[in-house]
Amino acid sequence: MLKKIIFQFLALSLIFTYSAQSAESGGMPQLNPEFWISQIFWLVLTFGLLFIILSKFILPKISNNLETRKSQILENIETADKQRQETEKKVKEFDKIINDTKVEAKNIFNSERQKVLDDINNKRLSLEKDIEKEIIKAEEEIDQLKKTSQEKVTKIAIETSSDLVKQLIGEDINKSSLSAIVEDLSKKEMEKHNGI
Amino acid sequence: MAANPMYQFNVYRIGPEIKINNIDISFTNASLFMVISSLAILIIFNLGTKRSIIPNKIQLLAELSYSFISKMISDTAGSKAKPYFSFIFSLFMFVLFCNMFGMIPYSFTVTSHIIVTFVLAAFIFVGVTIIGFIKHGLGYLKLFVPSGVPMVLLPLIVVIEIISYLSRPISLSVRLFANMMAGHTMMKVFGGFVVSLGIVGGWLPLGFSVALTGLEILVAFLQAYVFAILTCIYLNDALNLHH
Repeated sequence: MLKKIIFQFLALSLIFTYSAQSAESGGMPQLNPEFWISQIFWLVLTFGLLFIILSKFILPKISNNLETRKSQILENIETADKQRQETEKKVKEFDKIINDTKVEAKNIFNSERQKVLDDINNKRLSLEKDIEKEIIKAEEEIDQLKKTSQEKVTKIAIETSSDLVKQLIGEDINKSSLSAIVEDLSKKEMEKHNGI
Repeated sequence: MAANPMYQFNVYRIGPEIKINNIDISFTNASLFMVISSLAILIIFNLGTKRSIIPNKIQLLAELSYSFISKMISDTAGSKAKPYFSFIFSLFMFVLFCNMFGMIPYSFTVTSHIIVTFVLAAFIFVGVTIIGFIKHGLGYLKLFVPSGVPMVLLPLIVVIEIISYLSRPISLSVRLFANMMAGHTMMKVFGGFVVSLGIVGGWLPLGFSVALTGLEILVAFLQAYVFAILTCIYLNDALNLHH
């Protein structure tokens, strides 16, 4: 590509040097040694000064800046890492505390519930006992009543039947035989009544 | 003046003639642009040395260039080339700024003169050779004897190696000089076409001119980079002798 460019340039410059109205000195000014020494002198001077100033004053500062920035960044990363670890620790602690409290709350809740349930159970049991007692008492009373009522009924029946017999036949009958008959009848009647 | 595309490379005296022992070292337009480039580098990089953790734009520029060149050197020449960092940095910046200032219309391109690039390249060549001999003594001559070459071919190879070594300053200087000169001449020629073809036909060369300007800015950077990286490669040969 370089050759091509140079060739093109040569061709074009030839055309132009011919066609130029003001064809001054043709050729390349680069090959005119008139100012070579001056160019070398000024190149050495400017480039030398540039090199000295850059290497003595400017580049150390830039490299220093880069170094300090690097170390600062590393430091910052380190502290950030430390802080992150601390935060993780704290978060773990926090989680632990929360878990503990949750467990405690559950325990308290459970124990309270158990207590309440026990209480309810006890009360129910005692209530049931009471009720049972009452029932037994009532049954006993009923039985008592049944018995007494039967005796009374038999008595009444004997008296009424003796009265009836007296009025019918005008004579007293042996009470014991009467009561035996009445008892026998009433027993039969009672058995029929009680559904045995 | 506009018609001759080579006119832009003329060197002329600015101010009085300065002579020391009959040697003309007058201040010329070339000298002016060398001074301008150096001053620009110094100003920009001096502004970039502010001590702040978060850099501003100029500081960022300076620090990015620093790490760019530092990386380039360590990639090509290894860690042993650290002491030569300032020189390569100055060299790259000087060539880059001279090339870039040359892209401003009516300015002068310092690096389009073979004598300037040749002096730089010759200085590098001599310096690298001296460094090589200091580091390795006469062992530096092993550079011309590649390992693993059959004995029969060795004389030929050694001659070729010596020629290629000696042609380094020429190839280095001519590469930069020819690129800059050719590019600037092309731009001048297309500019001349714009003028001579006028309002009717001048648009095509104008477009070319615009495109060439972009290309030339790229070339200006690229050639400075190539100049610096070749210096690094030569330095690598001198520092780590493993040819």
